[in-house]
Amino acid sequence: MAYSDKTRGVFAGEIDTIKEKGLFKEKRFICSPQGAEIEVEYPEGAERQKVLNFCANNYLGLASHPDIVKAAHQGLNERGYGMSSVRFICGTQDIHRELQGKITDFLGTEDTLLFPSCMDANAGVFEAILGQEDVIIADRLIHASLVDGIRLCSAEYDTFKHMNMRHLEKKLELHADKRTRLIVTDGVFSMDGDLCPLDEMVALAEKYDAMVLVDESHASGFIGKTGRGTHEHFDAIGKIDIITTTLGKALGGASGGCVSGRKELVALCRQNARPFLFSNSLAPSIVKASIKVMDMVSTNTEWRDKLEWNANYFREQITEAGLCIREGDTPIVPVMLFNAKLANDMARDMYAEGIYVIGFFFPVVPAGAARIRVQLSAAHDKEMIDRAVAAFKKVGEKYGILGLDKKGIIAKYGM
Amino acid sequence: MDEIKKAVLEYVIDEYIDEDDDDIEVEYDTPLISSGIVDSFSMVSLKAFLEKKYKISLPDAEATPDAFDTVNLICTLVQKHQG
Repeated sequence: MAYSDKTRGVFAGEIDTIKEKGLFKEKRFICSPQGAEIEVEYPEGAERQKVLNFCANNYLGLASHPDIVKAAHQGLNERGYGMSSVRFICGTQDIHRELQGKITDFLGTEDTLLFPSCMDANAGVFEAILGQEDVIIADRLIHASLVDGIRLCSAEYDTFKHMNMRHLEKKLELHADKRTRLIVTDGVFSMDGDLCPLDEMVALAEKYDAMVLVDESHASGFIGKTGRGTHEHFDAIGKIDIITTTLGKALGGASGGCVSGRKELVALCRQNARPFLFSNSLAPSIVKASIKVMDMVSTNTEWRDKLEWNANYFREQITEAGLCIREGDTPIVPVMLFNAKLANDMARDMYAEGIYVIGFFFPVVPAGAARIRVQLSAAHDKEMIDRAVAAFKKVGEKYGILGLDKKGIIAKYGM
Repeated sequence: MDEIKKAVLEYVIDEYIDEDDDDIEVEYDTPLISSGIVDSFSMVSLKAFLEKKYKISLPDAEATPDAFDTVNLICTLVQKHQG
């Protein structure tokens, strides 16, 4: 054993530093299926509490849908528990091919390749298709997994101001000498819930001969009239060269992700993407359940329609209650508090009121932009939303922030 | 040195501050990285700008978030590599 007291002290010290900075992530245990109402053990060892869940990515409320659970059972019975292989050796079943085809049809792309997660898709896609002669130009607020993937790739990279198309254009001009240019963005940004203007981005890409990659993890299944995603919302279906997305949020919520897009790029991922080549195949039960999800969302908009109604209703009610929110069109609603301690304290008090939400602050969001991020789900009903709004009103009143705007809250609590 | 400081400050404001963001004022000693005005991912454009404009090469080991935290510190690093 070489794990000496001295070595242990090094790592224990690092943990202490995280705690001192107030960034330590506590353990929270969910003792029920995922859903609008869950049973939570928090803090560890505490008595279980029934709370309404307003912090899951369960946008369509399908995580525990009986038809999907049934399909997962069917997958287990018909194709077994695990594949014990990566995809390219003996880990690809007919159902993996079927699911890829259904995702391709749903997103309106040319081809799709499944990965164990979207984190893996994002980690692998850049290195698989680009080299030193290329450049990646990324929005500054893209998801951490895209940042990691970009850093693993030998292509040069640059960034542009968040959703600032003028700045993007400057960068496209600056890098006109490269073999290829790849613009990278999230479709919906997970912290602010804002939508990237893909119509303008595609127009710039066409003008400067650039490709576009969009991470649709917080959009697939519910953004756009039929839930295809941000590209549907901006009438850009067929114009996005690469879409990465997840099956772990709206589309069932289990796990799995994909790269979907131009067939040559997907083919290169199949040859070169290391998380695809060196990681286990998606389990049959998840694949089968995901096929069911794709069938449901491809033919029926009831869940995304309900989610849209819920999000609009919550935005309207919470604003009327006097809380300060970031405007938007998505089920991600940031209740802005600006001060980290206030965000943390209010989230704790909301939990005591039976509403499970989380406070976010720097470095997860920019300094001075602390908030509680509320995520609506189609699994919520009106009464649940009313309870959440009432709790926000009660807790907001306790802290004296009702009716205050950004300046008012900062004047009272600082940034 | 003053000329470098002025050019770097101008670049930082132009590159990292939104036109409509009047909450943020950047001066020579304003923390950039530790305050979150510039994140480590976006620092790459600043490094590229310095290398191109001043015809220098900044090794990764020296182009750290600490060394890039203020315009003053950045200029010290540039001067060192200008010889």
